[in-house]
Amino acid sequence: MNAPFHPDSISLDQLELGSRARVASVSWDSLDHGEACRLRHFGFDEGVTVEPLHLGPFGRDPIAVRVGRMTVAIRRRHAGAIRVVPLTR
Amino acid sequence: MNPLPLVAVAGSPNAGKSALFNALTGARQKVGNYPGVTVERKSGRLVLADGRPVEMVDLPGAYSLDPASPDEAVTRDVLLGKQKGERQPDALVIVLDASNLDNHLRFALQLIELGLPTIVALNMVDLAKRDGLELDPKQLETELGVPVIETVAVRRRGITELQTALDDMLSAPFCGVHDHVKSDLIHLQRRAREIATAAVISETPVRRWTHRLDAVLLHPVIGPVILAAIMFVMFQAVFAWSEAPKSWIEDGVAWLSNMVSAGLPAGLLRSMVVDGAIAGVGAVITFLPQILILFLFILLLEGTGYMVRAAFLMDRLMHGVGLSGRAFIPLLSSFACAVPGIMATRTIEDPKDRLTTILVAPLMTCSARLPVYTLMIAAFIPNTRLVWGVGLQGLVMFGLYVCGIVGALLAAFVLRRGVLKGGGGGFMMELPKYQWPSLKDVAIGLLTRAEIFLKRAGTIILGTTIILWALASIPQAAPGQKQSEVSIAGHIANGIEAVVKPIGFNHDISMALLPAMAAREVAVSSIATVYSIDSPDERAGANKLEDQLQHRWSLATALAFLAWFVFAPQCISTIAVTRRETNGWKWPLFMVSYLFVLAYCAAGLTYWTAVALGL
Repeated sequence: MNAPFHPDSISLDQLELGSRARVASVSWDSLDHGEACRLRHFGFDEGVTVEPLHLGPFGRDPIAVRVGRMTVAIRRRHAGAIRVVPLTR
Repeated sequence: MNPLPLVAVAGSPNAGKSALFNALTGARQKVGNYPGVTVERKSGRLVLADGRPVEMVDLPGAYSLDPASPDEAVTRDVLLGKQKGERQPDALVIVLDASNLDNHLRFALQLIELGLPTIVALNMVDLAKRDGLELDPKQLETELGVPVIETVAVRRRGITELQTALDDMLSAPFCGVHDHVKSDLIHLQRRAREIATAAVISETPVRRWTHRLDAVLLHPVIGPVILAAIMFVMFQAVFAWSEAPKSWIEDGVAWLSNMVSAGLPAGLLRSMVVDGAIAGVGAVITFLPQILILFLFILLLEGTGYMVRAAFLMDRLMHGVGLSGRAFIPLLSSFACAVPGIMATRTIEDPKDRLTTILVAPLMTCSARLPVYTLMIAAFIPNTRLVWGVGLQGLVMFGLYVCGIVGALLAAFVLRRGVLKGGGGGFMMELPKYQWPSLKDVAIGLLTRAEIFLKRAGTIILGTTIILWALASIPQAAPGQKQSEVSIAGHIANGIEAVVKPIGFNHDISMALLPAMAAREVAVSSIATVYSIDSPDERAGANKLEDQLQHRWSLATALAFLAWFVFAPQCISTIAVTRRETNGWKWPLFMVSYLFVLAYCAAGLTYWTAVALGL
């Protein structure tokens, strides 16, 4: 499944800490089955709002992301598979 | 006779499922394993208001009935009645985190679809309120079509109401479950969000506590500093807080030993009881306080939600040697004991990541090494204070832990580039809200650990000490001969000594190494037994043991012995659990051999260096 193209989208790992964005697309194909399954379980899905909160101290990896009412830690690589459109306040 | 009604407690990780299970069943729990898989089965008993007993089982935490891990597969199979060794539950309690409904409701909807009689425990409503979230349980009840009870499991709130609801439900007739109705995940997720929105009465945006704490604890600079400080305090406390209770136990053992000596006639029986059983087991149980303090820290770190933060902070570094942050928790648990640590690797999804973690877990300093370390440090390292609150002995102990950690990281690095090459590690974890763990849950955890330790002391350690006593006492030495040299054990030790002499090990150590294969702490009881037999006129307590060691061992030998124990795979249980977790003998044998080679080299290097330095 090819993700639809969103001209103003960036990948989640490029989103600034503390700024909110809406998930435009997730390239599920670039993740292995288990990882994709986990991301879905955590509630990552087209349309949800996400907000990166913290970065790991070494190499700015992993990233703690708020998704819905949960905070989850994912690696930079996974965040790269998620395209988001920043929300303006 | 009909079996007791079986009620399963299910829920997503971090919903407070275990706390609720503890609140319902109390301290009397049975921990076992599901047959054929290495997933823990925790069960307990609940007595309803009318006196009817009910069996409760705490299912592994899961996000969905479509399993992403072996734990989740067990949860699914139990609920569908397909799990070997478990009957299908008669009823279900679903635990939901009140402040994370939009996520947890998805799993709840899947569970309700099964058609089992179900109650929903809307847990941690206090934390939701703290975050400015007010929910309407009646609305939720209407939407879900099952009873909803508000609970705060760690404070035991709502538990009586939950029991009453269970009582009503088990009294009603029940018409069997549907087979797995498979609504698709996306549909369920959307429905979950709708219900969650409908159930909210009011939501005031507040600065969340968890957010504020994370701003400090996950800070890129302050965070790691705090983590290091916590680790350091933990290891200092293991030493400092245990002094008083340790001396009480030592006094008790000495008193018992004197009483038995006075009551029994001199001879083989008295020697077996006093020199074998009491000296051996006594030397080991004096370490109970230290083990409990270590577990107390681990339980608190887990209960507050900090442990996952530690994994977050460490992930990148662990990734550097080919592990994932997820390995941090199994490895930290291995500081208590490698057996639960290795079992905890089940949460690591990547098979090579997991195998690497299993293979290096025995390098983390488990609590069974504490008796050996403490004894050696007390005997050979002066108790000087370096600066306020930091003693030399504590520092050496810390150093030994660091050796284990560095050893584990290096081993992982080499393994991931050699036999376990390939496979990309992932790291995905939920960061739950911070909360105060309940004293009761911590107490239950400590009690279980104490029980396991004392059971070991009463079985494996008692058994091996008595066998060693027999081997060390027969045949009896003629006057002028040393008992530890003429006995059967002495002859076996001669064989071992030939191998370990180059690395500075003496006859006493050679004799302790063989029984120490059963469990590391047996090394201490073995040495105690040997010295006790060798000098029958003295009643050897643990203090005596330190003095004896100072006279008989050189500092170089003592240091080599410590280095040996940093690496040596001397624990039958660890080898057994590795065999079980890796389904075969290949990896446990690999583990044992690489660790023995490491231990031999480390002890040798330490000894030769120490001798060269003139110690």
